[in-house]
Amino acid sequence: MNGETIKGLVSIFLAAILTENYILSKFLGICPFLGVSKKLNTAASMSMAVTLVMVIATAVTWPIYYGLLVPNELEYLETIVFILIIAALVQLIEIFLKRYMPPLYNALGIYLPLITTNCAVLGVTMLVIDNHAASPETYGFLQAIVNAFGSGIGFLVAMVLFAGVRERLETCDIPKCLRGLPITLIAASLVSVSFLGFQGLVDGLLG
Amino acid sequence: MYEILFPVLIVAGIGLLAGLGLAIASAVMAVPKDEKAEKITEMLPGANCGACGFSGCSGYAAALAKGEAKPGLCSPGGADVAAEISEFLGLGGVSVEKKVAVVRCSGSADYTENKMEYAGIAGCSAAVLLAGGPASCQYGCMGLGDCVKACQYGAIEICNGVAHVDPARCRGCSMCVAACPKHLIELVPYRPQAVVRCSSCDKGPQTNKVCKIGCIGCMKCEKTCEADAIHVKNFHAEVDPEKCTGCGKCAEVCPRHVIDLLGS
Repeated sequence: MNGETIKGLVSIFLAAILTENYILSKFLGICPFLGVSKKLNTAASMSMAVTLVMVIATAVTWPIYYGLLVPNELEYLETIVFILIIAALVQLIEIFLKRYMPPLYNALGIYLPLITTNCAVLGVTMLVIDNHAASPETYGFLQAIVNAFGSGIGFLVAMVLFAGVRERLETCDIPKCLRGLPITLIAASLVSVSFLGFQGLVDGLLG
Repeated sequence: MYEILFPVLIVAGIGLLAGLGLAIASAVMAVPKDEKAEKITEMLPGANCGACGFSGCSGYAAALAKGEAKPGLCSPGGADVAAEISEFLGLGGVSVEKKVAVVRCSGSADYTENKMEYAGIAGCSAAVLLAGGPASCQYGCMGLGDCVKACQYGAIEICNGVAHVDPARCRGCSMCVAACPKHLIELVPYRPQAVVRCSSCDKGPQTNKVCKIGCIGCMKCEKTCEADAIHVKNFHAEVDPEKCTGCGKCAEVCPRHVIDLLGS
């Protein structure tokens, strides 16, 4: 592995967290973002589960796409096959954790099965394939895995930040018409706008 | 034909493989479960209130299955659930009396005023930090509804600035007892008995100054009671639920009309 590759990986990792954040820039995975961000610890558990599933899902769907779908010219089946695989995979991970890592299983709790239908996970697996198609020379399996991990960490950052914002909101005197979901959506958009500030940062740092 | 069939076969094959894989995995990595505990969990109300002293219903069920706990600790479930569980475990009958929460304050806006206008965080536990809360009686209900939020059964509501428990809905889980920063809520056995709706530890004149309905400790109820069940302690009347017969004579003589009859 040469210096250029490592620099590329760091750049992909940072970009996935800051500029390409799945929640705050791509607006995928909004349902857990609004649904389970009320408390810091549930938000963190959910993000850990998402990170785990994102990495494993990418590691499984990538070989299936290039080993099974591409040789048979079935690229158009990408979405349905990926959904199928991710759903089965999440179930498998759940069974495995329940048997061998009960503490982690208890920590992730209900959030693991919830991820089965999380669009952010499907988004990661499909977007890394698009990225590979855009630059086949420099974007391989390793880059895809790093991207998936970075996306999971980006999810964690967004969730934890927003959980903090929401915990502050709890003690605020909010106008009656904005209480509940409206103020949550306004807060979410403000956090999202703040992430716009990272645009160009990664390229500027490593470019 | 082949063009359609092949993708169908691929997707079906992946689905089949995934399904088989999951079936095998769940068989190989099955976790042994305590069936007894699971059945008891189903019998319990599932409120996870913690009134039994265990971490939720499944924790209590596990302790019951191991014989480490007695049936009848579940107050939301009441007598029915206790009987069902003790029958399932092969134990004798256990009697559980229904308990309900009562609020020991009746200082609504008709009888008392606020000493200040409170505009802070909406909640009793926050308000009480600021000079003991907005209510002019330092022992009284502030009506900010921490108990309403704590109640999982919708049994408490704030009427005119003071909390009211609906005994029909109350399951006696004691969540509100813990939530009240003024310690005004108490669990009592649900049967006809007198309830003093005041907890003021101020002397009579001071209570009279801040609240038109508060107990002034005149001792009339104590003298009237034939069962020796009601006594003035800390400048307000208190009922002993074990002795009270629910005759209602104390309520009749009370000049402040602060004594209620429960279950009537």
